[in-house]
Amino acid sequence: MSMRRIALVAASISVALSAASFAADSPRLGKPISPADIAPWDITIMPDGTGLPSGSGTPAQGAPIFQAKCSACHGENGKGGIAAAVTAGPPRASLDGGKTIANFWPYATTIFDFVRRAMPYNAPHSLKDDEVYALTAYLLSLNKVIGENDVMNAQTLPKVKMPNRDNFIIRFPERI
Amino acid sequence: MSDKTVRTHLSEPEVVAGNGLLHRRALLGQGIVYAGAVGTGLAVSLTGAAAEPLREGPWSMRVGTAIPPYQTPSRFEAHVVRTQDNPDNEARNSRARTPHHLLKGIITPNGLHFTICHGGVPDIDPAQHRLVIHGMVKQPLEFTVEMLERYPMVSRIGFVECGGNSAPMFSNEPIQANVQALHGLASCSEWTGVLLSTLLDEVGVDPKAKWMIAEGADSPRLSRSVPVAKGLDDAMIALYQNGERIQPGQGYPMRLWLPGNVKYVRRIKLTEEPAMSYYESRTYSQILPNGKAYRFYFLQEVKSFITTPSPGLVLKEPGYYEISGIAYSGTGRIKKVLVSADGGQSWGEAALQDPVLPKAFTRFRMPWRWSGGPAVLQSRAWDESGTMQPTREQFVALRGQTTKPPSVLDFPSQHFNAITSWGVDAQGGVKHVYA
Repeated sequence: MSMRRIALVAASISVALSAASFAADSPRLGKPISPADIAPWDITIMPDGTGLPSGSGTPAQGAPIFQAKCSACHGENGKGGIAAAVTAGPPRASLDGGKTIANFWPYATTIFDFVRRAMPYNAPHSLKDDEVYALTAYLLSLNKVIGENDVMNAQTLPKVKMPNRDNFIIRFPERI
Repeated sequence: MSDKTVRTHLSEPEVVAGNGLLHRRALLGQGIVYAGAVGTGLAVSLTGAAAEPLREGPWSMRVGTAIPPYQTPSRFEAHVVRTQDNPDNEARNSRARTPHHLLKGIITPNGLHFTICHGGVPDIDPAQHRLVIHGMVKQPLEFTVEMLERYPMVSRIGFVECGGNSAPMFSNEPIQANVQALHGLASCSEWTGVLLSTLLDEVGVDPKAKWMIAEGADSPRLSRSVPVAKGLDDAMIALYQNGERIQPGQGYPMRLWLPGNVKYVRRIKLTEEPAMSYYESRTYSQILPNGKAYRFYFLQEVKSFITTPSPGLVLKEPGYYEISGIAYSGTGRIKKVLVSADGGQSWGEAALQDPVLPKAFTRFRMPWRWSGGPAVLQSRAWDESGTMQPTREQFVALRGQTTKPPSVLDFPSQHFNAITSWGVDAQGGVKHVYA
């Protein structure tokens, strides 16, 4: 076979290969992993409560935890410090600021999800689930969304209706 | 060459808009001589000052230093750096902004790419990093960096912009800050990695899955919900930035590269509904004047701003200057950029520097002869979908503004894409103005 002929054959093979590589020919190097092995990282809490662990907490249980582990940044009673206020905002947030749990956050489950994954800032993911429930209850109570004696757990938390829940508009819904 | 010959080859540049904007043909540098120089017959000097006799610099008289393994910029460029808003790594978010006024291309150097971290810059060992894709899939899979290195890769030049870039422009009064402080949370790189669609194909996505929740390996395990459709479109697991491994501030060893970027990505979960994470339900929701708020505002709309001249840079004398800036759109390519030197009363079309790529910075240039009087410089971009960058007045009517000026570091709202105006005074100083 002449060099020219070899080159032509090689070219046609490479065309065929590149066409096929978009079909079923991907490398398939990923290792199968079971849900049980993913569980330590699977910390997403959905608005309907999917993902919430067992355990529970009350505002009274959350108050001392907040004082010990959160107030250094979020201020006494959550009024704000080097980190955002978590209570005591205006009735409605505006471009001048003031987004709070009471006037802005659409879902109570987000508090549990975020506190558990990211807080306290300097020791993230260090709280026990009961502590996270207690802090969630404390924050909701501070914001007067739940009563002082309400217990937060996997059943009650998703049922909390946040005051601002229905005030959101999806931007460019046709793109979703 | 006689004066007569020179004159036949040189002509006055064509003025295309008010206050001295010249036809972009002038950028070609052919056959143009500027007013004031015509009389001398030579276009070489606008100042009249003659050059000094040439002499040797000390660097020409001795051997230079050893070539370093990784070259960094000249010590004379030490001022070309990002600004840090949390240099002591206090317990809060930290940001570093791109110095657009000192850059001229469309690719942001890696060390100058803007960075936002919500829990500091993590120090991730790539050998131990894992990416797991699970949820509504046939077979959850775990990938390592080493595995992904063997996959077919693609490269895309594209911009990344924080939703909060340009947030100081929501101020009711123009905040006196430079283009770095106002627009420094946008940068553009060549990103190389594995198309997410390849990996989603391998795990077998349940058709009922409409969202994917992406999570990082940083300390806040930053998490965002993204429509699966976007994941199947142009999303990639990026491993390289401008040819080298992604830098730590940009998501080393891998980032989910798409609108709703997640750096240090370690987990993607396919779901029917969004997670309503902290960042999508609180931080990246934009309050409107009527009290409602936007959510899932993924698109970065058409935008442009002038980088030179801009605040902090001084025009030393009247005469010729090149107005230069960047334009970009999350919809596609930039189609056209107009520039005004009289606050939008008249406009001239800027030259677009090749390449003009979709969803990438496009450099525009406009020749300008500054008379020495007051001027207001503006740029206005159109993208290939026909969308036009709004005026600030149009934008504020829809999106609102503050009632008092916020700190330049505040984020009153997000997704600001209206026209930016730079006011030039008679001394050549440049200020941020609303016009």
